[in-house]
Amino acid sequence: MTLDPITLTVIQSGLQQVCDEMDLSFSRAAFSPVIAEANDRSDGIYAAEDGSLIAQGSMGLPVFVGVMQFSTAQIIKMIAAGSVIAPEPGDIYIVNDPYLGGTHLMDVRFAMPVWRDGKIFCWLSNTGHWPDTGGAVPGGFSASATAVEQEGLRLPPVRLFKQGTLDPEIYAIICSNIRVADQRIGDVKAQAAALYVGQSRLTRLLDRYGDDTVREAIAELRARAAQQMRAHIAQIPPGTYRASAFIDSDGVVNEPLEIRLAITADSDQLTFDFAGSSAPCVGPMNSVLATTHSAVYLAMRHIFPDVPISAGAFEPLNILSPEGTFLDARYPRPVSGCAAEVSQRIAEAVFAALVGPLPDLVTASPAGSSGNFALGGEVPEEGRSYVMYQISGGGYGGYAGGDGISNGCSTIGISKAPPVEIMEQQFPVLYHRYALHEGSAGAGKYRGGFGLDYEVEVLKGTARASFVMDHGRTGPQGALGGEDGGANRVEVTQGGKSFVPEHLSKAQDIALSAGDRVRVRTPGGGGYGPSAERDPALVAEDVRLGRITTEAAQRVYGKPSPDDC
Amino acid sequence: MTGTNRLGGRFAGIDVGGTFTDLLHYDSKAGQVRLAKVPTTQDNQADGVLAALDAASVDAAALDLIVHGTTTTTNAVLERRLCKTGLITTMGFRDVLELGRRTRPQAYGMSGQFRPLIPRDLRLEVPQRMLADGSEYRALDEHALRAALRQLRDEGCESLVIHFLHAYANPAHELRAGQIARDVWPEVNLTLGHALLSESREYERGVTAAVNASVQPLLRRYVERLADRLAARGYARDLLVMTGNGGMVSARIVAEEAAKTVMSGPASGVMAAAFTGRRAGIADLLTYDMGGTSTDVAMIRGADPAVSHEIEVEYAMPIHVPMVDVRTVGAGGGSIARVNAAGLLQVGPDSAGSTPGPICYGRGGTEPTIADANMVLGRMDPGKLNSISGDISIAAIRDSFAGKLGDPLGLDAQSAAAAVLRVANAKMADAVRMVSISLGEDPRDFALFAFGGAGPLHACAIARELGVPRVLVPARPGITNALGCIVADLRHDYVQTINTPLDECGMAAVHQAFAHQTEEGRRAIGREKVNIAELRVVHSVDMRFIGQTHLLRVPLPGPAPTREDLQQRFEDAYFKRFQVTLPEIRAALVNVNTSVIGRRPEVDLSLLIDADGRRNTLAEAQTGTRPVWFDDWIDTPIYWRDHLPAQATLTGPAIVEQMDCTLLLEPGDRAVQDADGNLIVTVAGQG
Repeated sequence: MTLDPITLTVIQSGLQQVCDEMDLSFSRAAFSPVIAEANDRSDGIYAAEDGSLIAQGSMGLPVFVGVMQFSTAQIIKMIAAGSVIAPEPGDIYIVNDPYLGGTHLMDVRFAMPVWRDGKIFCWLSNTGHWPDTGGAVPGGFSASATAVEQEGLRLPPVRLFKQGTLDPEIYAIICSNIRVADQRIGDVKAQAAALYVGQSRLTRLLDRYGDDTVREAIAELRARAAQQMRAHIAQIPPGTYRASAFIDSDGVVNEPLEIRLAITADSDQLTFDFAGSSAPCVGPMNSVLATTHSAVYLAMRHIFPDVPISAGAFEPLNILSPEGTFLDARYPRPVSGCAAEVSQRIAEAVFAALVGPLPDLVTASPAGSSGNFALGGEVPEEGRSYVMYQISGGGYGGYAGGDGISNGCSTIGISKAPPVEIMEQQFPVLYHRYALHEGSAGAGKYRGGFGLDYEVEVLKGTARASFVMDHGRTGPQGALGGEDGGANRVEVTQGGKSFVPEHLSKAQDIALSAGDRVRVRTPGGGGYGPSAERDPALVAEDVRLGRITTEAAQRVYGKPSPDDC
Repeated sequence: MTGTNRLGGRFAGIDVGGTFTDLLHYDSKAGQVRLAKVPTTQDNQADGVLAALDAASVDAAALDLIVHGTTTTTNAVLERRLCKTGLITTMGFRDVLELGRRTRPQAYGMSGQFRPLIPRDLRLEVPQRMLADGSEYRALDEHALRAALRQLRDEGCESLVIHFLHAYANPAHELRAGQIARDVWPEVNLTLGHALLSESREYERGVTAAVNASVQPLLRRYVERLADRLAARGYARDLLVMTGNGGMVSARIVAEEAAKTVMSGPASGVMAAAFTGRRAGIADLLTYDMGGTSTDVAMIRGADPAVSHEIEVEYAMPIHVPMVDVRTVGAGGGSIARVNAAGLLQVGPDSAGSTPGPICYGRGGTEPTIADANMVLGRMDPGKLNSISGDISIAAIRDSFAGKLGDPLGLDAQSAAAAVLRVANAKMADAVRMVSISLGEDPRDFALFAFGGAGPLHACAIARELGVPRVLVPARPGITNALGCIVADLRHDYVQTINTPLDECGMAAVHQAFAHQTEEGRRAIGREKVNIAELRVVHSVDMRFIGQTHLLRVPLPGPAPTREDLQQRFEDAYFKRFQVTLPEIRAALVNVNTSVIGRRPEVDLSLLIDADGRRNTLAEAQTGTRPVWFDDWIDTPIYWRDHLPAQATLTGPAIVEQMDCTLLLEPGDRAVQDADGNLIVTVAGQG
């Protein structure tokens, strides 16, 4: 190697900085709260030849770890094959086709080549979650879709910006097919601006160190990331580790879907085999291949957070083709649940398989649901319609260092949930409760965290409620003798009568009118280690604070004895 | 107040830091400054304060004013040594403080801990409810309230928070509940949720109130004790306490809004920087305060420090009161260098802290750190090693670099140490750039203001990395916070939420809000009994395009803008920040803000270095030379800062040492001393 290790480190942090600046500028300028506040977006740098990941922003949404390398690779392939028009400087492609290396339709990708001396040096790409891309329901999470066309507008890679200028014709087509189109222009400009920011920062880096040096550094960094990941994997004793995770249903057919995972550790490499997982499903709980890979990557990054996100880090992770299962769905299978829910069940399977061999690094299963509750309503007397989203967290798994935290963010997210006061300002609803889901923590030496328990009433007009959640049948898995966390529970009160939706955690278009209520209790985290080993003082504290009942404490922990209370 | 209708008097600024308590005594009549640096006494910070007065031979009875920066509340919050506090809140919402906003401590890694400020059994609910528009949905159940008050009192709570949903829109229930609480429980330390922060977002407002309540008695007891002891020494004036917005408040009332003091230490340093820069004619600064464990960065535009209302002090602990926006970034002198599994050199995030500290501290540290690298390369004086540590030799430090870093990297000891500094400087420069960009500015438009123990040692290298052309090194980098106590403004900030599309806004109401805020501020400053040279009133609005969530602050020239004026200023500010125009979308006016600022009389900074001590030539100020590594060993002249002649110009390589700080000029850097004794460095290699 001719490159000194110090220049290498400096270029590494320089590339990281380019991505972080793209992330920051995208969020700051974006309109949609889902991007601006929830940071449901990601930015990265990709190789010119094959789209492989060079660097990705550290503030990106975790579910996008590695994803854009698949869509960039597709664009490069299609350009080579002549099925996509080759770019000129200043061109930006837009694409959201899930089957071309994507997630669900709402995750819209931009990709732009960076030119040096008339040639493409690398690609910059970003993804932003658009609040709507058309389809049967506002927001795109149709729990009962049976084909991708019902989920929204599907865009192949086309040049939305040509030589730096927005193509008004393509844009007009998009706007005619999505809801609240008048606000999208702000997000589109923000998404493009982030790529321009990245381009100017990357150009500065290249000018300073020279294209050849940076190219050499990129290759070397890739090798080093692989080396670092291999060193971590080497601490896993050789063997095959199995686990399953279950999705309540696909939203259409009321049967659980199984993710069956066998991870084989062989010195410094892990092989992920999903053979035996359920077949592609009728409803929208399918995953596409890029999302399945990304879910494995993000789970591994939760376990080894110090390895930089790059193609090198993924090299030692050998994911066998899940062809024939719902984790590799093909056109026209509906896929809206892949990013928000299926990916989290995949991560849960990875955690559950590896907590045995890596008990100090892996936690019991977290709630692992984005808890999407969408309410689309109308207030005729005010001439007003609205779409409200309530996302929610759940308990995290217990772990070697202590109890899981309560109401943690989804495994694949980093976004905050909106405050009740903001929801009530914006929508004609009233929250009656926003509280701990008492009793939901999985028991264990270190118990899980608690889920959330909220109840909301429609104050005016009419509305339709939809739910895309999970863990309604069984709670998140306990580990090493710990017990499962409490399950998710949705309860709708309609005209004074309460019921639980047929699919428990998934439902669409439940008609509500003023006075009707929805109550959601989200899952608690799995327990870690046998509950008999729990410190009695901690059990007594949970009883004293009303987080668990005395009866539950005695039943599960055998303590505190009635005398202690 | 007597004798202060003209500029001048005797002032003491006393800042309590983590390690040292610094005092700056300024006597404008005598044209004299005295300094003291004594160890901080954590158990009772007042001991250190009095020791500092003694060390500088300051007669408290003769002082016109003492301004005090304390870390009492900072430490209480960070170490969770809080008073027992109860919460009374809206039925159904007692767990808001425990649930947070659904987050985790880090983006990757599913473990971590969170402990709410008030435990669940001390969080009680009462029936009452306001709606978002401020209308009453359910009346306050006063019977239930009284029962809750009794219960918390019987539990032994010392403080109480009353925090109701939507109280920012209509505080009537909170006010009524507060009245009842004072009746039935007069001795309680009471914080109403809307009092400090009248903005929506129940978690942030609740945490802010909970922090306030739970440190209030601690701060009250501390300042009372200190005031008593100063009074016993004959000090008859008001004691002022620094707050996090860079202003100060009388000790008599500071505890009422105790949360405002939590981040006051870093704020006073930034105030000193703004003041120093204004006098030096450099109004746009990035402050760079590098200490042993971390580095603080802040931005000053037009001599005004950036202020934020949304600081998160630690994970899930937002304190939403106006504070100078100081960001803690990257590394400090104690940051540890390691070679990771990928064979790459990493500096930080682990730190040796102050115990055991860097190897060169001689307290048992064995891991090579940034401070040790400076020692190995001669940037800090290896000759002083013995005075710091006793029995650590430079050879031992070199061995550590050679063995732990040099071997895996294929470098010798000094190359390994140089590599540590290069990586550390690049990393810190990146961090400073991110702070600058997140505040919407290009760092190259600023000068770097270097202070703290290690700031001036790294500042020129970091400026070069950032493309920053100039570095300002103040006369006394080690006592910048104490100087902040002397020069800080009196300041009161007001925010009123309007949150209406601009074309539906009643402009008369906006003008009235500005007038009301201005009046409040003038009254508050009038009560402080402190001499001010100038009263400034600064108005701004926070705006956004409808549908957006991030706000953009738009400064206004006066309190009576027209609607068209607001629209135009907002569009201009938006374009400046994002290079995008959005004629398609309407704008909304979110907040109306006023800051009322009392500027203190001028302080003559040239007194900070005693003129009598200055030598006539540079040669006389030179104390010697030593070999310093800049890609090779160069025999480098060493100067004593206090001895530099008045019109000094230095060209690097050079080292300027003073009591508690070392400035490094790399080859080609050029420093000119100005009339205040600042060194203004023009950084080499900037195109």
